[in-house]
Amino acid sequence: MAFESNEQAKAYWRENIRLMLSLLAVWFVVSYGFGILLVDVLNAVHLGGFKLGFWFAQQGAIYVFVALIFVYVFKMNALDKKYNVHEE
Amino acid sequence: MDLQTMTYLVVGLTFALYIGIAIWAKAGSTQEFYVAGGGVHPVANGMATAADWMSAASFLSMAGLIAFMGYDGAVYLMGWTGGYVLLALCLAPYLRKFGKFTVPDFIGDRYYSQTARTVAVICAIFVCFTYVAGQMRGVGVVFSRFLEVDITTGVIIGMGIVFFYAVLGGMKGITYTQVAQFIVLITAYLVPAVFISIMLTGHTFPQLGFGAELTGSPGVTVLDKLDGLTTELGFSQYTDGSKSTIDVFFITAALMVGTAGLPHVIVRFFTVPKVSDARISAGWALAFIALLYTTAPAVASFARLNMIDTINGSDGQGTLYAERPDWIKNWEQTGLISFSGATESQEASGAAGAAMAEQGVMFYSGDERNNMKVDRDIMVLANPEIANLPNWVIALVAAGGIAAALSTSAGLLLVISTSVSHDLLKRNLMPDITDRQELTYARVAAAVAICVAGYLGINPPGFVAQVVAFAFGLAASSFFPAIIMGIFSKKMNKEGAIAGMIVGITFTAGYILAYKGVFFEPLIANKPENWLFGISPEGIGTLGMVLNFAVAFAVSKVTAETPQEVQELVESIRFPKGSGEATHH
Repeated sequence: MAFESNEQAKAYWRENIRLMLSLLAVWFVVSYGFGILLVDVLNAVHLGGFKLGFWFAQQGAIYVFVALIFVYVFKMNALDKKYNVHEE
Repeated sequence: MDLQTMTYLVVGLTFALYIGIAIWAKAGSTQEFYVAGGGVHPVANGMATAADWMSAASFLSMAGLIAFMGYDGAVYLMGWTGGYVLLALCLAPYLRKFGKFTVPDFIGDRYYSQTARTVAVICAIFVCFTYVAGQMRGVGVVFSRFLEVDITTGVIIGMGIVFFYAVLGGMKGITYTQVAQFIVLITAYLVPAVFISIMLTGHTFPQLGFGAELTGSPGVTVLDKLDGLTTELGFSQYTDGSKSTIDVFFITAALMVGTAGLPHVIVRFFTVPKVSDARISAGWALAFIALLYTTAPAVASFARLNMIDTINGSDGQGTLYAERPDWIKNWEQTGLISFSGATESQEASGAAGAAMAEQGVMFYSGDERNNMKVDRDIMVLANPEIANLPNWVIALVAAGGIAAALSTSAGLLLVISTSVSHDLLKRNLMPDITDRQELTYARVAAAVAICVAGYLGINPPGFVAQVVAFAFGLAASSFFPAIIMGIFSKKMNKEGAIAGMIVGITFTAGYILAYKGVFFEPLIANKPENWLFGISPEGIGTLGMVLNFAVAFAVSKVTAETPQEVQELVESIRFPKGSGEATHH
């Protein structure tokens, strides 16, 4: 067991799951929320020459996806260090 | 220099580069052959993954599809990128820690069952062959248009190149070749997009030009103009689309989840040295993919606008067929664009269109005035010609299309050969073979797979386009839930997982077959009124996935608990420490 105790292992996993779920919530909101379910509402707003809903569906969601992965990597590396389960 | 010579030169140079890399990166062991020795840098792996992922379909067809679908094209844009978030957060790091070569390896070990492994191998091989046949066809089409050889010769040249570096280099050769192919294909995609964006809007970045005002008519944006034109011409409004919300939702989800469950994508994350590298390389992969995927909708809107403008003329009254531009002449020969006044077989949509055709006037619309047939597959390839870009740009696009098709085929062929030599022979039928023998079998399997793929490319079964929905639907409804539950639920046992996979696949395959036929006449007409909850066959994999999860949990509740050693295995893949290189058993 790489963790100092069972509690440590549980706490690490809990924090990992919480981070994953909160990032997935953002993932869901920008694509399925803004890009699909709320697209007509957001289309009333303009972002430059784009209708906002259309922009999320064809541009914005993709940028957010990329950002989400890098945030996850950064936070997970910190979490691994905190619980001392990172790789050498 | 004329286009022909230029194209030979550019394509020839890229081929020389790929072969050079293959010789440099020859594989000496199964570990190098399957996972490139597990020593690929995450940025390089990200590029290779991106090239592997972006197929002839992404490069050649996607922008054309979006150009004709408008807003609805978002299902591909979000569907084929959003899956990487799932991969990075829910799959890649854990599968890397697990440390084996293949997806069937994980399924077989995690669910302590040869049956589960065999089901996974069959799915993997099926999904990959479906895909690879389309790629070889893509190579053939590019060759036949730009090098003026017939499709068969084109496919054989493509097979030869892939054979050389996939069989010789295995994953190591493929990975480094794909890095080069990524650079070729992304340059080829961006250069014409930037040119056209500057011409139309004055913006260097197509992503911005797409939402900017047209230089030709100040105050009118690209999208306003398109919305106006599409409405006036009787199409559905460009930024609105025509699919129902529920269908867009389900198709996007099926493509996302399918992406995260495709074996040739997952295997990429076994090639990096560490768990943390698996996470970051998913990030790099998506960043590189996003370069093309955020450009594609811009290319789509520019192409649609340019095409309407050239055919209908700037006054929107149609133009004379006798004075048609060169690109129409070139593409007429392939049959992908035609004018009903010039061909006897093709009727105009209505009286108005036919009347104009009588006078030799071309008109393109979504109503009775239409007298043109335009195949959406030509949009990317014809786009530089429509915009009158220099020959070297057109040659570059040809090389890019070939790079996209070759890189994806090579990745798929490797998964097929690994499935045969490793999952089927080593782990099932002939457990006693040595590493060296296994490597030989892997090479033989790759060679056979290339020949089968080439045959399918030359004699494409009529259902190639239809089975793409199959590949994603099957991956979404089988692999994805099985892997997710394998990682996140220690209680999930073999009975639950197998029952879930079988129900998910049967439901999804049954639904697609019922509406699409594939091998026989469809049982039910493929129309929105007939669909279950209004979900098209393209999106049904999402429902199949939900069923898989539900059945798996129900069955696991009433059957024997997961053995202790498997629960410990699951514990051990949940943190990075102690990950070795991807290994044998």
